[in-house]
Amino acid sequence: MLCEKCKQNKATVHVTKIQNNSKMEVHLCEECARKSEDMSFENPFTINNFLTGLLDSVQSSPIKVDYIKTTTCSKCGMSYGKFKQLGRLGCSDCYKTFNEKLMPLIKNVHGSQQHTGKIPKKEGSVIRLKRDIMNMRKDLRRAIDKEEFERAAQLRDKIKLLEKDLEIDN
Amino acid sequence: MPKWIDGEGPQNDIIISSRIRLARNLDEFPFPVALTTEKSKEVIKRVSDTILAGNTILKDDFKLTQMNEISNGDKQVLIEKHLISPSLVETSNKSGVMINSDESVSIMINEEDHIRIQCLFPGFQLKETWDLANKIDDIIEEEVKYAFDENVGYLTSCPTNVGTGIRASVMIHLPALTMIDYMNRILQAVNQIGFTVRGLYGEGSESEGNMFQISNQVTLGRTEQEIVQTLIEVTKQITNKENDARATLVANNKMKLEDRICRSYGILTNARIMNSKEALKLISDVRLGIDLGIIKDIDVKAINVLMVDIQSGILQKISERNLNTNERDIERANLIRERLKS
Repeated sequence: MLCEKCKQNKATVHVTKIQNNSKMEVHLCEECARKSEDMSFENPFTINNFLTGLLDSVQSSPIKVDYIKTTTCSKCGMSYGKFKQLGRLGCSDCYKTFNEKLMPLIKNVHGSQQHTGKIPKKEGSVIRLKRDIMNMRKDLRRAIDKEEFERAAQLRDKIKLLEKDLEIDN
Repeated sequence: MPKWIDGEGPQNDIIISSRIRLARNLDEFPFPVALTTEKSKEVIKRVSDTILAGNTILKDDFKLTQMNEISNGDKQVLIEKHLISPSLVETSNKSGVMINSDESVSIMINEEDHIRIQCLFPGFQLKETWDLANKIDDIIEEEVKYAFDENVGYLTSCPTNVGTGIRASVMIHLPALTMIDYMNRILQAVNQIGFTVRGLYGEGSESEGNMFQISNQVTLGRTEQEIVQTLIEVTKQITNKENDARATLVANNKMKLEDRICRSYGILTNARIMNSKEALKLISDVRLGIDLGIIKDIDVKAINVLMVDIQSGILQKISERNLNTNERDIERANLIRERLKS
């Protein structure tokens, strides 16, 4: 069988594609197959570039043309284009550098943008304090809704104390 | 032999092992993907020192292996024992691993992230596994500053791991659900709650030996405890379904099932040439036979060990020589016959 594209070499690559429920068979020689966009062997499909494929589709604002070229992480030198290609960030600062692109992606993948789990023991005391205050404020609102005013007053006082601690820590 | 393979664990008939993996990075270094060889050596030193130069009981229990110091055969063995991932080997001049004496904990250094803490226990004990991983994480954090963000949590090289950085999983043997063609439905159901099921061996959704891995996909917005607890619930439900399916198979066609199991046992104990795909399939039948009391006198632990030992890397280690594919298939058949004879 000859290659369907160049019609010169022997077809050695046989691909069955299923698109919209219809089956399609393609027979190509190795060279044409390599060039063919349908099955780019040069860029194998990985979870990483699948993920970054979502990058520009999930965000709401239109992409600025020069974002890809100019946005580069100052700490590790990772460019947005490189990140899109690798699917991996270069350092912790990349999260800030590419924040506007990353956050919608993270939301899309995890359904959330807020970490609620473990906080580092040693470094996390301030964060832990902030989280405690946040949770207490929620409790306070609930208490007020339920008209449990005594409990609300207690919570309010506790929050005030913790907020003082936070000021000292900062 | 790692504890997960030949150790005692609750419910280890259907659930082979429980695993927790935590992804962590050091704040001051670029992630491994952007790390020079020189800097990566520094990271290995910094991370391994937290355990090996520390003053906890872990100090004498762990051993550091730099990936460029061991042979390809030894790397393959570590992969087949699930102590390291294949991608750790891809950058051997930059990576290392610390493993403890009973091989229940491995700490990969400079894989996709600087630190990957992995705890692997036999049977169904996810909470215990998480507790250990959590403690080791605390011990490492005593000495280093992690990359952590107030809002999105532990920062990881791939945004799919950000937040808790946790991947909780169980390895589970589901022959009856596979036989009655139920796996796709389970797959769809667990996907909806942020979990995934995939075949442990073989490509794509096909699983050789009916071994599956169930794990969380979502790492952000839920606590570690919530993720672990949900996996426990999911695993319990799937285990119940598997038991129901087994009971149905026995009730409807016991003789046919018994025939299949005994035939597989017969082939395993007599064949002279056996590739790993066939071996995994037949061993799955025998394991089911043991669970159902059809095959007696074989310990399920021996089956676990066999399942691991028939992989090409370990098989060559046991035979103490390099084998080509044909030689491996013969050696594999020999090993299986020998192990199942006694």
